[in-house]
Amino acid sequence: MKQLMIVIGCMVSIVLMSQSTPSSKASAMRGKKIYTTYCLACHQADGGGVPRMNPPLIKTEYVNGDKVRLINIVLKGLNDPIEINGDEYSNPMASHAFLNDQQVADVLSFVRSNFGNKSGPITPAEVKAVRAKK
Amino acid sequence: MQKILCSFLALSLLVCCSAQSPESVAIKTPAGFSTVVVGKDFGRVRHIAINSNGDIYMKLEKLLKGKGIIRLRDKNKDGVMDDTLAFGNYIGSGIALKNGYLYASSNSEVFRYALDAQQNLVSPDQPERIVTKLIDKRQHANKTFALDNAGNIYVNIGAPSNVCQELDRQKGSKGMSPCSILDSAAGIWQFKVDKLNQTYADGIRYATGIRNSMGLDWNDEVNELYITIHGRDMLFQDFPAMYNQKQGAELPSETLYRVKKGDDCGWPYAHWDHFQNKKILNPEYGGDGKKEGAPNAISPLVGFPGHLAPNALLIYTGDQFPARYKNGAFIAFHGSWNRSPEPQEGFYIVFVPMKNGLPTGKWEVFADGFSGLEKVNNLGAVKHRPCGLAQGADGSLYVSDDNKGYIWKIKYNQ
Repeated sequence: MKQLMIVIGCMVSIVLMSQSTPSSKASAMRGKKIYTTYCLACHQADGGGVPRMNPPLIKTEYVNGDKVRLINIVLKGLNDPIEINGDEYSNPMASHAFLNDQQVADVLSFVRSNFGNKSGPITPAEVKAVRAKK
Repeated sequence: MQKILCSFLALSLLVCCSAQSPESVAIKTPAGFSTVVVGKDFGRVRHIAINSNGDIYMKLEKLLKGKGIIRLRDKNKDGVMDDTLAFGNYIGSGIALKNGYLYASSNSEVFRYALDAQQNLVSPDQPERIVTKLIDKRQHANKTFALDNAGNIYVNIGAPSNVCQELDRQKGSKGMSPCSILDSAAGIWQFKVDKLNQTYADGIRYATGIRNSMGLDWNDEVNELYITIHGRDMLFQDFPAMYNQKQGAELPSETLYRVKKGDDCGWPYAHWDHFQNKKILNPEYGGDGKKEGAPNAISPLVGFPGHLAPNALLIYTGDQFPARYKNGAFIAFHGSWNRSPEPQEGFYIVFVPMKNGLPTGKWEVFADGFSGLEKVNNLGAVKHRPCGLAQGADGSLYVSDDNKGYIWKIKYNQ
């Protein structure tokens, strides 16, 4: 029994350690708040979106792939035809350039590490670089 | 012995559960009505039409094996649809039958297909194109329609916009005044059913100020057009100082209108508020939640709770249902998304009792249970979303679902 407890204890600490660093954890916490305020209405609480209207954020290339493209969607919005898993999405997304670099980094880090996504965080510096390019 | 009993129990459980389709849901209707599934797994089935011989036509919003229209037929007349014909290489939502023709729309055109005396399509691959070059900007692009008894077709051209802001769906962006979208969209256009290749120049803007009317039907009793409109989104998210979370979920009303030629329904300047029973000026145009707007616009017959998405309208003309249903309106609510984080609502068929073209009582939920959930928090978990309605020659009511491609037939058992 004691051995089992030790094994479980080890497993828990490995899982905890494999989670991100304290600072990125704080970032994701702030990101959740930004998500709730600006993103949840369309992309829904589970990140599943609305069929054929607002795209899902779950395990798609748009979220987990090219960071520059993802940052640009938040900064510039999106009104191009997009297809995810064979479905098209019709509602345009507004620009969220009013969020500062830290806020964009926070919300994208939150999205990339939730809803079944396991991608790494995005830093304010990365957002700043994309914003500077216009 | 215990082991044997256990295996027996497990086996019988398996048998009992596998007898039911995993996707099937129980549809609740008033006493005396029964519901059966008559078709399933056709994907994004939007509007439907039933021919006099019982054929079911479905318009698909996503091609199925390259085809956008499917006809189901009960060839051997045993009550089961055993024959499938697929044709049309375009997606869309509108479909209807009238006087020997099948009408169907893409998101920019309307076609019609002649039927012969045996109710077979004369040339399913060569329809007549009656309307063309309508705008398709993806948002609210479905060209749903209704037909009158005088050779006209009424086509919904939805606004490619939420509320005609300078920057669509951008928090803080002002409403355009005048709204330039109204010239070519946000209204119902009237065309002739028998003239080929009509464009905007050949049609008449029959009614305006209509954000997106997915449900249209001609009311034969009063000989006028009836429509349901999807109201605007984002009152709470964009104006939290004026609308709290609950108000943003309940407002603006989804609406049922009777529209005459020349009518204006108020979009984008105002929305209907069924609590105040007023046309309220939209905040993008200087509204504060109380100021009235669009003084020249007509008022709806009914205001429903916000965001439920009235995707189909059917004025019931059959004799099968009890007399109180005759000339009343059935509305298929697709179900909301803009009520988050409140639970989503809708996913049911509503009935509005009417006489002489006017409601005679409060609206009621007629058929419910399509979502398969007690409470909808995530749209991904919803099983079915009602999208189309049609009346069979025997007076049965058909309902389509664009999530899993089901069709139900609702009958009244005398």
